[in-house]
Amino acid sequence: MPLNQKVSTFAVDFLLTKFLFMLNQYETVFIATPVLSESQMKEAVSKFKKVITDNKGEIVYEEDWGLKKLAYPIQKKSTGFYHLIEFKAEPDTIAKVETEFRRDERILRFLTMKMEKYAVVYAEKKRARKAAEPKKEEA
Amino acid sequence: MAQDNSEIRYLTPPTVEVKKKKYCRFLKNRIKYIDYKDPEFLKKFLNEQGKILPRRLTGTSLKYQRKVSVAIKRARHLALLPYVTDMLK
Repeated sequence: MPLNQKVSTFAVDFLLTKFLFMLNQYETVFIATPVLSESQMKEAVSKFKKVITDNKGEIVYEEDWGLKKLAYPIQKKSTGFYHLIEFKAEPDTIAKVETEFRRDERILRFLTMKMEKYAVVYAEKKRARKAAEPKKEEA
Repeated sequence: MAQDNSEIRYLTPPTVEVKKKKYCRFLKNRIKYIDYKDPEFLKKFLNEQGKILPRRLTGTSLKYQRKVSVAIKRARHLALLPYVTDMLK
């Protein structure tokens, strides 16, 4: 009986830690219209970051790719502002963030994906590489 | 006398091509994750029309071919790669 209890408390602990600390890591890339000015773009980014953090998400990393040429026109636009956000959040958050993306007219396209473990490792390595040689990345 | 030489002689010597064995670059280089944000790398798996090359041409293993195709499709969605084109390279 005591052994049994021990096992059950262990299971509860495990589940608790899983729910509390093992949040999934996600990665979102979105394309905003090229019509926006720089400050408007920053405002849009901070809006989505706020949506994530308001839903108990935690931003791990973000990257601005700047104005890029699209491989094909989207909504008759040939360029767009790309922005990447990596964050940890609960699965329910994703639906909320995606509805915000859909509602926002400034967003041409977005893609959210769950990062598998190798993706997380890859992203961390990439960041470390970038930190080691920042000049090369900018050039 | 002439028949002593039993070797078959060709007017033009037949060329025997030494086939280079194809290999999966992901297994060989131990690449675990294929990034959809790197269109230049993914272009290696596309033909000029932007179609995904078959495994029999690239030598990629099945496991990684699936990952390559998913990565290419994600890149297409984000307009990093075209869906249809001509003269990609």
